[in-house]
Amino acid sequence: MKQIKGINDFVVKFANVNGTGSASANHLFAKAIFRMGIPVSPRNIFPSNIQGLPTWYEVRVSKNGYLGRRGGVDLMVCVNPQSMEKDIASVEPGGYFLYDSTKPLANHMKRDDITIIGIPLTEMCMKEFPVPRLQQLLKNVVYVGALAALLDIDFGVLKGLLNDQFKGKEKLISSNVHALEMGYQYATENYQCPLPIRLEKGGNVAPHILETPHILMNGNTAAALGAIYGGATVAAWYPITPSTSVVDAFAKYAKRLRIDAGSGKKNYAIVQAEDELAAMGMVVGAGWNGARAFTATSGPGVSLMSEFLGLAYFAEIPVVLINVQRSGPSTGMPTRSQQSDVLACAYASHGDTKQVLLFPATPQECFEMTVQAFDLSERLQTPVIMMSDLDLGMNDWMSPPLEWDDTYEMDRGKVLDAEGLDNAEKWGRYLDVDGDGICYRTLPGTHPDKGAFFTRGSSKNEMAVYSESGDDYVQNVDRLLRKFETAKSYVPEPKTHPPIEVKKPKTKLRLGALFFGTSASPSYEAVEILADEGYPIDTMRIRAFPFHENIDQFIHEHDMVFVIEQNRDGQMRQLIMNECQIAPTKMTSVLNYSGTPITARDIANQIRQSLDTKSAKVVPLHKETA
Amino acid sequence: MSYVKPKFRHPRLPSNRLGFTVADYDGAISTLCAGCGHDSISAAIRTACFESSLPPHRIAKVSGIGCSSKMPTYFLGKSHGFNSVHGRMPSVATGASLANRDLTYVGVSGDGDTASIGMGQFVHLVRRNVNMTYIVANNGCYGLTKGQDSATADLGSVSKYGDVNGFEGIDLASLAILQGASFVARSFSGDKEQLVPLIRAAMAHNGFAFIDVVSPCVTFNNHNGSTKSYEETRAHLDAMPLDFVPMREEIKAQYDEGTSKSVTLHDGSVIHLKKAVSGHETDDRQAALNTIQDANKQNRVLTGLLFLDPNSQNLNTNLELATRPLNELGKDELCPGSKVLKSINEGLR
Ligand SMILES: Cc1ncc(C[n+]2csc(CCOP(=O)(O)OP(=O)(O)O)c2C)c(N)n1
Ligand code: SF4
Ligand SMILES: [Mg+2]
Repeated sequence: MKQIKGINDFVVKFANVNGTGSASANHLFAKAIFRMGIPVSPRNIFPSNIQGLPTWYEVRVSKNGYLGRRGGVDLMVCVNPQSMEKDIASVEPGGYFLYDSTKPLANHMKRDDITIIGIPLTEMCMKEFPVPRLQQLLKNVVYVGALAALLDIDFGVLKGLLNDQFKGKEKLISSNVHALEMGYQYATENYQCPLPIRLEKGGNVAPHILETPHILMNGNTAAALGAIYGGATVAAWYPITPSTSVVDAFAKYAKRLRIDAGSGKKNYAIVQAEDELAAMGMVVGAGWNGARAFTATSGPGVSLMSEFLGLAYFAEIPVVLINVQRSGPSTGMPTRSQQSDVLACAYASHGDTKQVLLFPATPQECFEMTVQAFDLSERLQTPVIMMSDLDLGMNDWMSPPLEWDDTYEMDRGKVLDAEGLDNAEKWGRYLDVDGDGICYRTLPGTHPDKGAFFTRGSSKNEMAVYSESGDDYVQNVDRLLRKFETAKSYVPEPKTHPPIEVKKPKTKLRLGALFFGTSASPSYEAVEILADEGYPIDTMRIRAFPFHENIDQFIHEHDMVFVIEQNRDGQMRQLIMNECQIAPTKMTSVLNYSGTPITARDIANQIRQSLDTKSAKVVPLHKETA
Repeated sequence: MSYVKPKFRHPRLPSNRLGFTVADYDGAISTLCAGCGHDSISAAIRTACFESSLPPHRIAKVSGIGCSSKMPTYFLGKSHGFNSVHGRMPSVATGASLANRDLTYVGVSGDGDTASIGMGQFVHLVRRNVNMTYIVANNGCYGLTKGQDSATADLGSVSKYGDVNGFEGIDLASLAILQGASFVARSFSGDKEQLVPLIRAAMAHNGFAFIDVVSPCVTFNNHNGSTKSYEETRAHLDAMPLDFVPMREEIKAQYDEGTSKSVTLHDGSVIHLKKAVSGHETDDRQAALNTIQDANKQNRVLTGLLFLDPNSQNLNTNLELATRPLNELGKDELCPGSKVLKSINEGLR
C-alpha cells in the first residue's frame, strides 16, 4: 500500500459525539500546531443540537498557509460509532484511520488501502480513571496524546497549553497531562511513530508566514473588537447561531475597556431585545439620535429586520448590521455555513432599496470592516451590512495580528451642530447641497429653534415637510441613487493579485475568477492548482457592494469569468448581472451549497469541467477585438 | 383639518418660566378629521409642555403608524420627531433614549399600533421601564385603514358596519400595571382638565409613564353601539380629578385631607389626587387592578392616575449607564488604542 506522505501539509478530521467534551481536546490539538508556528485552520462541522449527535472537527495543516478547505481527509480520528461507516469510507486511499478499538472494527468497514490505527481509548480510561465523567472527558485527551506521537507534536507545547487552560487547577492539569502521556505511550509502543504525514516546526513553512507572529481568532470576536474600536455604544440583539458570539464578545471586551474611569459606570449599553424586529428598531432609534449602534444576526433575523432596513434606507439613518450567514430557515441547517443572503441583503426591504454590503474574508477584515462600517454608515447615512458567515465567524483562523492606527478619527459624516445651523444659509434635511446625494442631518436636542424636523419614510419633500407629491418622491429616490453612486468611492476596492506565471498555457482564453468572503482562500488555492496544470486564471476578490468600476472592467477584459460562491442560485453572479453591463454568458458559476465550506479541489474540478465542455464555444476576447 | 392656526399672535400671550408662549409649542396644522379626539390630545401635550416650561428642543417625539401616530407633527414643531414603523415605536424609543439619556421622550401610538402589531414591543418597553411618556390614543378601531375593529374594542361593541365584536377587548392600562409599569393612567381626550396635569406628571416621572387616552374616531367609531364614542364615554366616565404641582410651584389650593392624596415624585414635584376613588390605592398594584375591574363591572370607565411607583428605576439606571449621554462620547472615551490591541493580540497566540 502506498501511504500518503507529507510534512506540514495534510487534513485531519475528528468524528465525535457532541456534548462529550471533544471540542476542547480538538482545540488543544489545533492550537498546539499553531503554537509550533505551522499554518493551521480548524473547522467545526456541528449539528443544531446540544448533546448526542455526530459532530466533526476538520483541521487543515498547510505549509503554504492555505486556510480554506482543501477537500479530502488524510487522517480520520473516529470516536463516534454512529458515523464510523461513512467516516472510514471518506478517508483518501493511502490515508490513516484512528479509532477507539475497545470495540473491534466491524468486518464490513475494514479497508486494506488505508492504515488502521486502533487504540482502546475507552478501556484505557476505564482502567485508569475512577470517575465516569473523567473517563469520558479524558478519552479525548488520550487520542490527542497518541496524535502527538503519530504526528510529532511538540509535547512541551501541549503541556504549556494545558497549563494556560487550567491555570490554578493543579489536579486538572496533572490528570490531563497523564492522559496525554497514556496516549503517547500507547502509540509509540504499538505503532511506527511518526507517520509519513507529520509536523515539523519551522521546516518547510512559507517564509512570509514565519516572519509574522500570527494570532488565532474567529471572525465574530474580531468583529466585536471592531465594534469596540469603531466606537459602538449601543448593541441590541436577539440570540441566533452563528452570530451570537459577536455580541457575547462585545460584552466581554466592553466590560473591560468601556468603563467610565470616574464613576465605574458603563460607556455602552447592550440590550437583549425581544426579537430581531426590536433589535433593529433599537439600532435605528440610537442611530437617529447620534450614537454608533449595531446588531448582529443571521438569515431569519435578517428577514425580521428587513422592514426597518427599508425605513433606515429611506429615512437615511446610520445602521450597522453584522450578518453571519448560515444555511436557510430556522429548520434549515442553522449550524452550517453559506453565502446565501447576498440578494436578500443587497436589496433588503420594500420599495426601491439598495443596501451597502461589505464582504470580509479574514478575521482581520472582520475587524477592519466593522470599524469601516460605522464610518460608512455615518458618512452615507444609511445601513451598512457586513456579510460574514458561519465558517469565518465561528471558526478559528490563523491571522496576522490586528493593527490599529492611533491617528484614526471617527467619520461622523455631515452632521450640523448648533453653530453649523446658525451659519448655514438655508437648511433642509434633504437638500443636496453638495451634489453627492448626501445631505446634512441634525440630531435631536441640538438647537433651540433651528434644525428640528420630522423623520419619516419617503412621503416628504427636501425640507422634510410631509408630501405625497410624485415629483417630490421621484426627486428623493433619485437622489438616493446618486448617493449610492457616491458610495462607490467610499467602500473598499476589490483586491487583485499579479497573475501566476504559467509556462506552457493549455488555453488561449483569458480566464478570470471572481469571489468573495470565505470562498476566497480555497479559490486562490484552486487557481494555483490549475496554474500548475497549465490554466492561467486572473483573480479578483470582491469586497463591497455597490460594485467598484474595476469589477466591470475585469469581466470585460476576460473571455470567461468564473464566479465562485456558496449558494444555489449564483447570487453574486445575479447581482453583477443586475448592476453591471455584462453579458450573462460571460460568467460561469462555480458553486457549493452543501452547508460545509467549499473546498479548493471542488473549485478546481468545477473549473476544469467547464473548461473542457465550454472552451470550444467561447471566442477569445483578443481575437474579437483584433 | 380640525383647527386653524391663528396668524396673529397676541403680544401679551402669557409666557412660561422660560419665556416661551404656548405658540412656541405649536406644530404643523393638523390634517386629521375635524373633531378627531387625537387633535385634543395634541393640544393637551402642547399645553402640558408649555405649563411645565420644558424647552421644546430638548423633547424628542416618537410614534408608530396610524392617524394617532401622525400626531407628533401637530405639536412641538421645534422638537425632532420620528414617525417610525407600525407597532415598533417602542424599540426606536428605547434605542433613542439609550443614545441620549438627557432628552425628554414622548411616544404617541394608537390602539392598533400598540395592542396588535406592537403588543410584543409594548410589553417589553413596560418591562424595561424606559424613561419616557407613552400615550395611546385609543379609539377602538384602525382609523387610518378605515375603521376595522382593533384589539381594544370592547366585547359587544358595534362597528360602523354593524358588526358586533365577539372578542374580549384588551385593557392596556391593566396590562401595563400587571407588567410592572411604574406610572399608569387613563383619561379621555375631551377632558383637558384631567389630561393636561396627567401628561405633566407623566413627563416628570422617572421611568416609563403610560397614559391610555380614550379618543373617539369621529369618522369610523362615534356612533351608537361604539363604546369609545364621545357620548358613550362621557356618560360612563368615573373620573379622578387631579393636580400636578411641579417642584417650583407652590401648592395654591388647600385640599380636604379626607378626600385627597399627595404623591411626591423623584424630582420633588407633587401629584395631588383631589378625590380618591374609594378603595383605590395608587401604589398598590393589586388594589389598582381591582378598582379597574370593579369599575368595568359597573360599566364605568375609570380615569385618572391608576397606579404610581414614585421610586422606580429606569432602564438607564438598570443598565448602569454613565451619566454622560452615549452620543456625546468620542474617540478618547471609546477607542482603546493600539497598545491595548497589542496586548489583545498577545492573548490570542
Ligand atoms: C406592517 C404594516 N402593516 C399594516 C400597515 C397599515 N396600517 C397603517 S395604520 C394601521 C392601523 C392603525 O391603527 P391605530 O394604531 O389604532 O391608529 P388610528 O389610526 O386608529 O389612530 C394599519 C394596519 C402598516 N402601515 N404597516
Ligand atoms: S379616521 Fe378617525 S382616527 Fe383617523 S383622523 Fe379621522 S377621526 Fe381621527
Ligand atoms: Mg386606533
